[in-house]
Amino acid sequence: MKLKNEMSLTFESRSSNEGFARTAVSAFISQLDPTIGEITDIKTAVSEAVTNCIVHAYKESVGLIYIRVKIFEGAVVVIKIRDKGCGIADIEQAMEPLFTTGGEERAGLGFAVMQSFTDKVKVTSREGKGTTVVLEKRLMSRIKDV
Amino acid sequence: MDVKIITDHGEMTAKLFGEIDHHKARSMRETIDSAAERNKPTVLYLDFGGVTFMDSSGIGLIMGRYRTMKLLGGEVRVLNIPPSMERMVELSGLSALKLFEKGCEKNEVKK
Repeated sequence: MKLKNEMSLTFESRSSNEGFARTAVSAFISQLDPTIGEITDIKTAVSEAVTNCIVHAYKESVGLIYIRVKIFEGAVVVIKIRDKGCGIADIEQAMEPLFTTGGEERAGLGFAVMQSFTDKVKVTSREGKGTTVVLEKRLMSRIKDV
Repeated sequence: MDVKIITDHGEMTAKLFGEIDHHKARSMRETIDSAAERNKPTVLYLDFGGVTFMDSSGIGLIMGRYRTMKLLGGEVRVLNIPPSMERMVELSGLSALKLFEKGCEKNEVKK
């Protein structure tokens, strides 16, 4: 796949940045002229991944969240969301719908939503080192020459 | 304001506005719960008609209020979920609880 454009973003794991993160990513991909549905899907998936960093990875602290977005030929968007937090001991369990360690106000749907709202979700994690989530989605772009 | 509380004959409506994420859900929850504890309504209506975006924190907000109202001896009804957020509701399995009402009759009554 040929890389067409790229951006990166680093910000602190404060919950007030959740809106900033999803809006920044959606503003970057808006150059592909996505549908409103596609924008909503991406904003929702990014919001889930960033919330995981804040609620779980940096549970007792504030750390940095790194987002890198790449646009490939054929309007394929790849979004990498990375933290240097506590890591996930059991990824399979963490990705199970309704499983949560986030308490009663969390639905346990983060990964299920990412999987439902994008084409591909890849999670890699090391305990004590951090977690990387890669979201991939092909947009049925109305721009031919991307 | 992200939440507008309306009480009427022992029932309470919380109209939600704007985006619901983990950050915003916290203050919405506090506003709704403190009003519910004060008013002890028989029914709490959560009206999503003014919501422009929500992630799974919106589902968490519904689940949490379901528990709050159980403790207070009342029930929860969810109104006006925007079409773009229906997939989220389906994913959550919450539809099995039959909390969701279509249409906006409640809005008209509450005017």
